[in-house]
Amino acid sequence: MSNLLTIAMPKGRIFIEAVELLRKAGYQLPPEFDDSRKLIIDVPEEGLRFILAKPMDVATYVEHGVADVGIAGKDVLLEEERDVYELLDLKISYCYLAVAGLPDTKMNDVAPRVATKYPHVAEAYFREQGEQVEIIKLNGSIELAPIIGLSDRIVDIVSTGRTLKENGLVEYERIKDVTSRFVVNPVSYRIKDQQIDDMVKRLSEVV
Amino acid sequence: MSRLFMFEKPLGMRDTLPELFEVKHQVRSNMAETMKLWGYQFIETPTLEYYETVGAASAIADQQLFKLLDKEGHTVVLRPDMTAPIARVAASKLLNEDLPVRLAYSANVFRAQQREGGRPAEFEQIGVECLNEETVSCDGEVIALLISSLKKAGLAEFQVSIGHVGFANELFVQILGTNGRATALRKFLFEKNYVGYREHVHSLPLSSIDKKRLLQLLELRGGEEVMGLALDIIENDKGKQAILELKELWDVIKDYGVEGNVKFDFTIVSHMSYYSGILFEAYAGNVGFPIGNGGRYSLMEKFGKTASATGFAVRMDMLLEALQGGQLENNTHCIFFSQERRKEAFALAASMHEQGQKAVLQDITGVRNLDAFTKRFAETTYLIGGRANE
Repeated sequence: MSNLLTIAMPKGRIFIEAVELLRKAGYQLPPEFDDSRKLIIDVPEEGLRFILAKPMDVATYVEHGVADVGIAGKDVLLEEERDVYELLDLKISYCYLAVAGLPDTKMNDVAPRVATKYPHVAEAYFREQGEQVEIIKLNGSIELAPIIGLSDRIVDIVSTGRTLKENGLVEYERIKDVTSRFVVNPVSYRIKDQQIDDMVKRLSEVV
Repeated sequence: MSRLFMFEKPLGMRDTLPELFEVKHQVRSNMAETMKLWGYQFIETPTLEYYETVGAASAIADQQLFKLLDKEGHTVVLRPDMTAPIARVAASKLLNEDLPVRLAYSANVFRAQQREGGRPAEFEQIGVECLNEETVSCDGEVIALLISSLKKAGLAEFQVSIGHVGFANELFVQILGTNGRATALRKFLFEKNYVGYREHVHSLPLSSIDKKRLLQLLELRGGEEVMGLALDIIENDKGKQAILELKELWDVIKDYGVEGNVKFDFTIVSHMSYYSGILFEAYAGNVGFPIGNGGRYSLMEKFGKTASATGFAVRMDMLLEALQGGQLENNTHCIFFSQERRKEAFALAASMHEQGQKAVLQDITGVRNLDAFTKRFAETTYLIGGRANE
């Protein structure tokens, strides 16, 4: 068993904010950290190993225990429903999940269709509204779907609303606020409790 | 429906090939031996049980049950755990004399998988149930036996975390007044969503001291000292009782001399709804899922008997992963023979078998690639033609 605490980090936009937060919490991360293309980066001085994953996959690595802890968006946790501890709201990468579509349109009565990267969240949301919808799973550029007539609505994350606006879409409902969370594997939470408690403490002082 | 390829198996089903089988067998017999030494008697129950009885009594989610219909139209399930079938047998047969009963099992259980790999739908559990024995000594015995059998299986580093189903509940009732109002908190705790739990606590109209207590619950894990902390935040008798029980259990565990593997954790809540007292999970550092779990339960009531029991179940697949599939020594001998010296070869094999030495008899004309075949054995003897070869 390696003594390094393995931490799964989301690549891309959240990564930069997460690294900044870790530095603020007093972790000495080497400067080349920011633009490395490596997928695994060890920082032995801090007892940490970073693995760089697709944001959507962070909770999966943590659930299976190949990463002890991770930083994952609440959107990912809602969609994936992984068995991990959600210990801290890091309050970074703020955005929200919303329903959007072309202005002044209604959902199709017979077969309302919703395109999304979050099929699980979308289905659960519409079910709670008492509506059964047909979900079309897309992997990106979700805004296309209503414009070219693939779906009536989309469910996607919105941060500034600019993308929606530029594509002539409007927001209909807000589903849930999203920030990044500090997640922990249930076994690591017990076996590496001191390392993890320490990290939680340091992080919670700076969020 | 797409056409199936010949090599495909239903989702979550796995083969056990000879090498793994051998390791598994070794681990199983080491554990079983320990259980037998402690006086636990092995039993078997059927693979199929009625959905209405055992299926309903088990704590496994409905969508995880494999269901079939029998000829009369009753729904039957592939057993999803062993605790419920054992409760059924015990309540209907074994508890008539109202004495403590110690049972053990190793059996495959079935839980349907919807999602992805890494989770078998059929896996072996090995475990014990100490029935109709309500003392803390019994709880301690089961935990000590779990530790002892894991050690015997060859697991060097592991931890057992013990909690109590009553503590969190009583704390919620003490602060919120009713069980109903505690539902949200219980759900957050169960879902391991501490962010949601904290937000919910802050939104409640409570005194700051009560809020602090609810938040402190999340930190109650560690050594003996957490019992003191737990006692500080609980005020009602049932909750206090839970702590006293755990304190006594700690003494029992110390008397067994296994406290090095034990910690406390009041945040453990189980999906096993039948637990009624202590509960515990076992972790090995290199496996991301618990390798075993257990606790005190009163499941026999569902089968018409008032009795409680404590038991544990170890997941064989997780345990083997924790043991890193420890390589077994290959000590099989191969005797190649030809027709002329066949009788001699058979006699040699018989004497080896007599001494407990594994020996394969192989007609030399039956193997095309002799080099590759020979590599599979620790030693070889050739009894071929007119003279003996090494």
